[in-house]
Amino acid sequence: MIKTQGLTKVFRTGKKQKIEIKAVDALTLTVMEGEVFGFLGPNGAGKTTTVRMLTSLIQPSAGQAQVAGFQLGKDDQRIRQSVGVLTESPGMYERLSAEKNLAIYAHLYDVPDPEAAVTKYLGMLNLWDRRADPVGSFSKGMRQKLAVARALLHEPQVLFLDEPTSGLDPEAARTVRDFIEDLKGKGRTIFMTTHNLDEADRLCDRVGIFQQKLLALDTPENLRQQLYGRKSVFHLRLLAPEWPAELQKLPGVKAVEVVNGKLVVTVEDPERDNPDLVRDLVARGADIQFIGELRHSLEDVYLEMVHSSEAEQRK
Amino acid sequence: MNHIRTIIDKEWAEVFKNRMVILSLVLLPLLFTTLPLVMLGVTRTSGMEGLDAQSSGLPQGFIDSACQGGVNAGDCMQMYVVNEFLILFMLMPVMIPITIAAYSIVGEKTTHSLEPLLATPITTVELLAGKCLAAVIPAILVTDLAFGIFNLGLVLLKVSPVVRAYIGGPIWVLGIVILGPILSVIAVNFAIYVSARVNDPRAAEQFASVIIMPLLLVMFAQMAGVIVINVLSMLAAIALCLLVAFGMLHLGTLVFDRENILTRWK
Repeated sequence: MIKTQGLTKVFRTGKKQKIEIKAVDALTLTVMEGEVFGFLGPNGAGKTTTVRMLTSLIQPSAGQAQVAGFQLGKDDQRIRQSVGVLTESPGMYERLSAEKNLAIYAHLYDVPDPEAAVTKYLGMLNLWDRRADPVGSFSKGMRQKLAVARALLHEPQVLFLDEPTSGLDPEAARTVRDFIEDLKGKGRTIFMTTHNLDEADRLCDRVGIFQQKLLALDTPENLRQQLYGRKSVFHLRLLAPEWPAELQKLPGVKAVEVVNGKLVVTVEDPERDNPDLVRDLVARGADIQFIGELRHSLEDVYLEMVHSSEAEQRK
Repeated sequence: MNHIRTIIDKEWAEVFKNRMVILSLVLLPLLFTTLPLVMLGVTRTSGMEGLDAQSSGLPQGFIDSACQGGVNAGDCMQMYVVNEFLILFMLMPVMIPITIAAYSIVGEKTTHSLEPLLATPITTVELLAGKCLAAVIPAILVTDLAFGIFNLGLVLLKVSPVVRAYIGGPIWVLGIVILGPILSVIAVNFAIYVSARVNDPRAAEQFASVIIMPLLLVMFAQMAGVIVINVLSMLAAIALCLLVAFGMLHLGTLVFDRENILTRWK
């Protein structure tokens, strides 16, 4: 489990360290055990700084955090022992073999049977046949898989993945994503930063949208609903001009729009309100061809939140 | 200890795959061992063998400390020449680890491998000790090997037993067995300090090479007769260098501040 309370990081820069840059501002969140949490935000939002603080690589300027049951700043070494980190850049030893790279980390993490752990994860990530090859000869995707293996060698309770599929081709990204999906079923807490919002939508139980501070925190579905409501789309053979205004009067209907000749109705509860809408339209003589739900992507939610935050900052 | 051993193992596995490091481990000792042997071979018969040490024209301080007890002027001259080479043998454990340390520390920056390494439970002291020892041990071993070859060369060149005994005496032993490794530790920590401020292994190596300047100054001062290397001056140098080494170790730990490394080392 990860729990933060007012976690803040201020960097000092410039001559005499007088210029202050607030990278993370009072972050308060809880990531439950076994949860996959997506930490979303633009470049420079402070995501990597947050990961570095939570993995006790850098010290917070203010606030508190608990990671895997250990207090940040007091049990840093235990935190490092209990978490696995996939850093933004794989940072492997390119002249050394895949096996040697993992063996080094297995020893540094005090894994009881390093050889068995290395064999297990090389096999699991389909790298066994290339185990003796120098990592310098690996593709970007293979290096990333090896870095994932490195993060898992000591069977950490909490896993931090900083942009796990960044810069990978679709096939390599899919392999890494599938592997994360496998891990999701194994009860590990995963804290993941990503720019790939479709990936976050598919993998994460909850997401936090972050830009120096937490802008929103919920499941992707709830965020969509909070921002856009739930919308039903009616494809009709013909649309009478008075229908939108009349439908607006029905209970449960919040808004009615006509978009490209289709009727888009925002309702409180589609499961409850759609049957009434269908009955009403049929009673008016409408020929209903299709009914669907208008789903906004997580990208829409993310862009809306980030742009609003930027506009607010400009004010 | 386990973590230190792992770091040494990792450093050696990586560093010894670098051709530049291998070259520095072979070429420098080869040059520094061959040069004194050639010089001794050339000065073996100086024509002063029959003369008294006092008539050798060497600095009186040196004659008083090294050429007592009937040592002839020829042997005294060779002992004086050989003393310059002691500095060369002390330069070896300084120059070799600079190449290794510059590569192993700044190299971590350029390959971005430092962050995952620092994310492990390794302590800063363990990391620093591992890196330091990985650079210092090969340098000391190579220096000792070169010194062994040098001694073998002295026998093959039939250098006077008086000169050979001087080389196997306390000044050389203190210089190679004690002062050399201390200088090596200073050099590596200096390389660590420099690497915190530069981003390129070659630049780190070049800047860190400044550490050889004091030794070169000692060599020139000795050649000019300004200072005389004897047991007392060697012991004083050991005491001073020990102090500097502890200071540098402390400085190295400060420079290796994790946050500083990750946020400022680009």
